[in-house]
Amino acid sequence: MDVVLLSRLQFAAATMFHFLFVPLTLGLSVIIAVMETRYVQTGDETYLRMTKFWGKLFLINFALGVVTGITLEFQFGTNWSRYSAYVGDIFGSLLAIEATVAFFLESTFIGIWIFGWKKLSKKTHAAVMWVVALAGNLSAMWILTANGWMQHPVGYVIRNGRAELSDFGAVITNKFALLELAHMIPAALLLGAFFVMGISAYHLLKKQHVDVSTRSFNMALVFGLVASLAVAATGDMHGVHVAEVQPAKLAAMEAHWETQTQAPIVLFAIPDEENERNLIEIGKIPYILSFLGYHDINAEVKGLRDFPKDERPPVLITLFSFRTMVALGTLFPLLTIIGLVLRKRLMENPWYLWIMVFAIPLPYVAIEMGWVLAEVGRQPWIVYGLLKTADAASPVASSQVLTSLIGFILVYGLLGMVGFYLMFKNAVKGPEPADA
Amino acid sequence: MVLQATWFFIWGLLWALFFMTDGFDFGVGTLYPFLGKSDEDKRKMINSLGPLWDGNEVWLITAGGVTFAAFPLVYAVMFSSLYTALMLILFALILRGVSFEFRGKVDHPLWRKVWDTCIFIGSFVPALLFGVAFGNIFQGVPINQEGIFQGNLFTLLNPYGILGGLLFVALFLVHGALWIAIKTDGDLHDRAAATANRLWPVLLGIIVVFLIATAVFTPLYANYLAYPVLFLVPLVAVAALLGVKYFLTKKAYFKAWFASAATIVFCTFFGVVGLFPNLFPSSIDPAYSLTAFNASSSPLTLRIMLIVVILFIPIVLVYQVWAYVMFSKKLTEEDLSLEEAY
Repeated sequence: MDVVLLSRLQFAAATMFHFLFVPLTLGLSVIIAVMETRYVQTGDETYLRMTKFWGKLFLINFALGVVTGITLEFQFGTNWSRYSAYVGDIFGSLLAIEATVAFFLESTFIGIWIFGWKKLSKKTHAAVMWVVALAGNLSAMWILTANGWMQHPVGYVIRNGRAELSDFGAVITNKFALLELAHMIPAALLLGAFFVMGISAYHLLKKQHVDVSTRSFNMALVFGLVASLAVAATGDMHGVHVAEVQPAKLAAMEAHWETQTQAPIVLFAIPDEENERNLIEIGKIPYILSFLGYHDINAEVKGLRDFPKDERPPVLITLFSFRTMVALGTLFPLLTIIGLVLRKRLMENPWYLWIMVFAIPLPYVAIEMGWVLAEVGRQPWIVYGLLKTADAASPVASSQVLTSLIGFILVYGLLGMVGFYLMFKNAVKGPEPADA
Repeated sequence: MVLQATWFFIWGLLWALFFMTDGFDFGVGTLYPFLGKSDEDKRKMINSLGPLWDGNEVWLITAGGVTFAAFPLVYAVMFSSLYTALMLILFALILRGVSFEFRGKVDHPLWRKVWDTCIFIGSFVPALLFGVAFGNIFQGVPINQEGIFQGNLFTLLNPYGILGGLLFVALFLVHGALWIAIKTDGDLHDRAAATANRLWPVLLGIIVVFLIATAVFTPLYANYLAYPVLFLVPLVAVAALLGVKYFLTKKAYFKAWFASAATIVFCTFFGVVGLFPNLFPSSIDPAYSLTAFNASSSPLTLRIMLIVVILFIPIVLVYQVWAYVMFSKKLTEEDLSLEEAY
């Protein structure tokens, strides 16, 4: 296998694994900070037990997120050296700023939070958790600014055979990155909320830890409701922007071959990329694609056939990931609205609680699929319109990359099993009982 | 020119700070199976690092990030050249990080044994390989005109590279032993202090051999001979090392630890000053070397990053010092009984 393919597989494995932990870190940190703040405000021990219980799960998750993040930064150098040399002037500085401004703060303060329970006043300790939560989300902002630049490069000139920064302000106000952020932050909060609701639902079904679980569920429900609506709204805005700046991604998302006005969407399709058509199309609805892309049912939507063959993203993966994400994204507000109706009678509605238990993995799937859409849909470009993925890899031996890829699969596979086992074990065990 | 030279030294400083901070974590982790006789000893050792190691590791991320931002070509060529070595370091760091968190979560001897082993590997391997990597950078690496590495992992395991590895391991062992002496009392404290005392002459020996070998294997002394005042840098390193022994004898472990920190920083700078302006010298032809002047980012990026670093690194130092002060006292029963403790 060639170096590019192996490096892509390795980066995909490493990022997707890393991103099993990142959203929970982002979302749950905020929820825990609110719990601890409520404890400081009310002095109610139940809030303290909530903070400690969710904190324990948070920390297992956090450790995995941190250690898997480091390899990503270095993989740009090890595996994508041609990319790094070409865009380091801009992309590299965004990663460096992330570490200096945000990740230092998060990593130092999480240590203080874990070990500082007896050394700090209650107020300061809660404030430390807020710093962790804000720093984590600030970190996400810089990483998304970097990714946003790969999706839609701005503020650069091509000089000395590479992309050089010409307008830093344009880079940090890149609309693509801001929309990614506006979509990702609530998505992370949504995942955190469903995590809390799902585990709380389990304990409510078992009629145990009722105080902590009821209160956790209701608190998370508020976050889940607001976040699921925000995710849908920003997703729509994001789609419009993609239509404008990444038309090939939009066409691939919809397996849309023919340029036309009043363009339809299909609910499901199996594309035949060889013959530039769809083998099967199910549920064709006219106007909708024009509307989704341009908020105008008469708008013209460019079809895949009008893009050169070597500038089209893989259609099937892009289409499938988009559909999965949207289907789940529609389900989340429904589930939270039902929760809102039933919130006073949760224990009398075990069917709903069971649904929420089994819904825990769904936001994970939705978020991973969203990233598959963003990254695979950007292909064949590593920087959209500027540099192709095929031209970006390091001049290393494929045997090296194959070896490290196997290493990643083994180490991450093992870590994943251990990590999820520990989270599962502690989640099922539930919070420490209140002091008698 | 000035901007690029400034960045060269910021680059060196960030690596030096990484070795100074995470260095004692590596040292403690490497001493862990030898000094940790009981489960309680082991818990004391990892809890002595507990609140700090994660923040320390970010110096690595920042050093790497700054290499990317200020010298993208160096970042590209260096990390792809050192591919296998760097991957081994990263896997080791992964094991170390999760081991701290996982070890205490299941009360079973086999479970703990697995993570104990990972803590050792995850600390020793990076210590050794960072030394090997920097030894090779000091000496020059076989990269051709296109910046393509003409070798493999074993190319790096040459005498001077291995000596660099031993130097780093010895520096971090002393640094780590002193930290355990600071953070614990009783038997573990005594053994840590004795270890620091025993390792000190070994470290001294390695440093002397290293300084001589540097003259044989590398061109680093050229800068020193051109500007003899620069010899102050290795002199301060040696003076700091003597300070370690002096304070050890006086049982002033905190001061000894500071002296050890200074030894690490000045040892790193001994190499950095000698390298200037090379960041990744080619052993095939000096013309292929990547330098601060031919591999840097654009002046605009360097200026913006300089502002970021000048504004934020002092802030980072302030809150990290706050954390260090908060967690510099000896570990108590209460610390170890904390539900969140490792």
